[in-house]
Amino acid sequence: MTLTLAILVPLLPFLGALAGLAAGRRAPGMVRPLAVLPTLASVVLAVLVAVKLGTGHHLDAATQLTPTGGTPISLSLHLDGIAALLAVLVTVVAACVQIYSTAYLREDPRYPSYAALVSLFTAAMLLVVYSGDLIVLLVGWEVMGVCSYFLVGHHWERSEARSASIKAFLVTKLGDVPFLFGIFVLAADAGTFRINGIVGAAAGGHLHHATLAALLLLGGVAGKSAQFPLHTWLPDAMAGPTPVSALIHAATMVAAGVYLVARLEPVFLLSTAALVVLGVMAVVTMVGSALCALAQDDMKRVLAYSTVGQLGYMAGALAVGDRDAALFHLITHGAFKALLFLAAGVVIHAVHTNSLTAMGRMDGLRRRVPDAYATMGIGLAALAGLPPFSGFFSKDAILTAAEHAARGEALTGGLGPAGNVPSWLGWTVLVGGLLTALLTAAYATRLWLLAFFPVRRAEQAGAPVAPTAAAAAALASDEPAGPVEPAAMKGPLWLLAVPSLALGLVGLWPHALPAWLDGVALTPSGVTWPIATVVALLGAGLAWLAWRRATARVLAEAEADPAAAADPAPLLLGPLLGPARTGFGIDTLYDRAFVRPVLGAARLVSFLDREVVETYVKGAAVTPGLIGRVVRRAQNGNIQGYLSALAAGVVVLAVIVAVAQ
Amino acid sequence: MHLVFPAVLAALLFCVGLYGVLARRNAVLMLMSVELMLNAVNLNLVAFDVWLRDALHAGQALTLFTITVAAAEIGLGLAIVLLIFRHRGTADIDRVGRLADGDETAGDGGEQQARDDEKKAVR
Amino acid sequence: MNLAVTALDSTHGFLSPSGVEIVFVLVGLGVLGAALLTVTTKQLVHAALWLVVALGGLAVEYLLLTAEFIAWVQVLIYVGAVVVLVLFGLMLTRAPIGASPDADSGNRPLAFGVALAAAATLVTLVVDAFRSTWIDLGTVAGSTKANGVTLFRYWVLPFEALSVLLLAALVGAIVLSRRNANARDEKER
Repeated sequence: MTLTLAILVPLLPFLGALAGLAAGRRAPGMVRPLAVLPTLASVVLAVLVAVKLGTGHHLDAATQLTPTGGTPISLSLHLDGIAALLAVLVTVVAACVQIYSTAYLREDPRYPSYAALVSLFTAAMLLVVYSGDLIVLLVGWEVMGVCSYFLVGHHWERSEARSASIKAFLVTKLGDVPFLFGIFVLAADAGTFRINGIVGAAAGGHLHHATLAALLLLGGVAGKSAQFPLHTWLPDAMAGPTPVSALIHAATMVAAGVYLVARLEPVFLLSTAALVVLGVMAVVTMVGSALCALAQDDMKRVLAYSTVGQLGYMAGALAVGDRDAALFHLITHGAFKALLFLAAGVVIHAVHTNSLTAMGRMDGLRRRVPDAYATMGIGLAALAGLPPFSGFFSKDAILTAAEHAARGEALTGGLGPAGNVPSWLGWTVLVGGLLTALLTAAYATRLWLLAFFPVRRAEQAGAPVAPTAAAAAALASDEPAGPVEPAAMKGPLWLLAVPSLALGLVGLWPHALPAWLDGVALTPSGVTWPIATVVALLGAGLAWLAWRRATARVLAEAEADPAAAADPAPLLLGPLLGPARTGFGIDTLYDRAFVRPVLGAARLVSFLDREVVETYVKGAAVTPGLIGRVVRRAQNGNIQGYLSALAAGVVVLAVIVAVAQ
Repeated sequence: MHLVFPAVLAALLFCVGLYGVLARRNAVLMLMSVELMLNAVNLNLVAFDVWLRDALHAGQALTLFTITVAAAEIGLGLAIVLLIFRHRGTADIDRVGRLADGDETAGDGGEQQARDDEKKAVR
Repeated sequence: MNLAVTALDSTHGFLSPSGVEIVFVLVGLGVLGAALLTVTTKQLVHAALWLVVALGGLAVEYLLLTAEFIAWVQVLIYVGAVVVLVLFGLMLTRAPIGASPDADSGNRPLAFGVALAAAATLVTLVVDAFRSTWIDLGTVAGSTKANGVTLFRYWVLPFEALSVLLLAALVGAIVLSRRNANARDEKER
């Protein structure tokens, strides 16, 4: 029974996607129900599966369709607490996104294909979550890659959307190549593609190339979960519609990488090198992305960089061996990041711009989008890790794990030897996490202040009209079109606000969530939570102080530069502002290191093809042509010419015969 | 008498005839050159017949045949030349270029000339 | 056998020519000169007349080779008939009287080269092959009687075939020379 339900969970959105694609043109009225209803049914089924499965159990089922050579590939299902919980998260977020999209993309002519792709995306992620076989998992993994390509490029009329979709696809594929080889290494060692078998082999010590396999897998994880150095696609992927960003960032694509590492955590725990690489990668990612987020002007890019940073947290937790903390943060982050994106979508929908600077000039935003204002506040508080929001508890679980690892007693939950986690790695993750917490609080505060608290200039006191013509036009054009916050947008916001606010509280019960996972306590430890809270408050306070000073300066210089915004980022970042705004030049570096050489090589190849190879081809055609022309000259109709040639030939033959004798 | 004398004379005469055939523009002159070549052959036949003393006199008999054939040839040849002259208004060999490949002689008027001539003849 | 004996006969040198040889060479030079003039002269009618000289000279050569019947046939047919035919041909094609500058066509250099190469090859080969071959002219080889006997005894079938050929040529020449009946009808109308 549970098995049937579990199979239906990914199957329903998949069938919904097919039906939506088929019905899109012929029955436009069917598209919305076909998009929303299967996903909603999946939510119910996923919850049912989770409840039926209960805590501490797991369900494995496998069937083999056909023999597939040496190592069998089976259609297998592996349900445990992790999968069940994550499936609930994925379906809930997907359902919220689908409902939200019906309003957000109301006018979009390509809504049917969009909705179908979102459903397919959801189905693929659910396949990844439920699959018990690495090859089947890879199928879902790659389908997600393709769907993200299409969804990011939804506005393919815009060149940046096109290039962003291609970039997302290429970068994630770049990671998928080592990922595939990692799977092969694992399967070759364990003799099976089944995750259970691999984990069992890891426990039994049969994996002889754990380091190699783990490092190869990390390539794919870095690509999908946007970890340094393959994180560059994620900020650019903001060119897609905002609900897609919510879907990609909160629950599906980026979560897949973390989820995979969590599933294969026993393999990673066998290799200190892989853990070190993962940890360093995570720390670099989270600190760098937090700095970048602080400098961005585009609201969605701020959120994108924050996603990169939060994923860094999860990777850090995995690096210190505590997958429970990572999954806890994955779930809370899924909730509040989806909330943040959807709220940002409402704001952007209302002001028709992504730019924080432009929003900072717009008065009355709080009044126009009160729900978005409130829910975004909740989401940002959760992101910043302020107690008692959900992000605080999950982040603290990670910091606690890092602290334990720093003391040399990593919380591996019995998945592997704790001694493989070096204590300096714990220190690194701890310090990096605290630094990131500071920065995260700062940029969350900056985002909130800039977006919703415009500078009240003296001359505007009497005229609360938007100061720029563009914004005024946007306001004027937007008002008659309908409510800024339709119910289909508001509902998901508040639905997601509840877990963002309260989900962390389950961490207070020592056995509530861990019973689903590996049993590692997720309650805040006495050492880290005061520090983390102080750090977060410090970050928020610093941002607020800087914002005050910036506001004062803007007011003082209002005559000189009426369009200036009170951005605290220059004060906080100082000389780092420029590099941080451009993502520390990593894109430029890639451009120099890879894109240009590849383009140069392509030009060389095209040159060789056009000028050299084609010359041969042309020569092959031209030479017979020339010879033919020469021969044609002989056919001049002059009988005497023919006779001359004939006689000359006879003479030559005679000479040859005479000489030969 | 040395055989070399008639043989060399025949060879040179043949080559003179060959030159005439190849270089002369007028068709009648070409036919005359052909006669020269045939006579060179005849001279060879007679000389070798005299040298070999063939019981059948094959050389001289063949010479007679050749002379006869040459007479027939020049009769027919002149008839053809007359026909061409009547059609084209000329007996110049290099203006009778209808065997030419189309593109090469389109510009030099030979083809056009020929077509005009044909039209004239039809009228 | 005869051939081998004459080939080895080295008593006749080139430096001591007999009288008939001298006459042969002189007449041969005349024939060659006339032939050259035939193929090079600018005056078309003169070319036909030089052809008469060349063919007549050849008849003399036949006589010197003791082929008297051939010589007379040569005079009769060539000098008598063929040249007259050629002259008629020239007149009927309205050959100009006097020098015509375009008597030679454009591929004269090519023709010259080919002819020269052919001449060089042929003369080299002939001289190389028959350097020391001697013709014994002691007995007459081509008397009318001997020719008549062989022709009507051994060669009678080719002779008859040749007569048919001549007839065919005659008919062909007539057909070719006739004006087109249709064209004439149109003209008359």
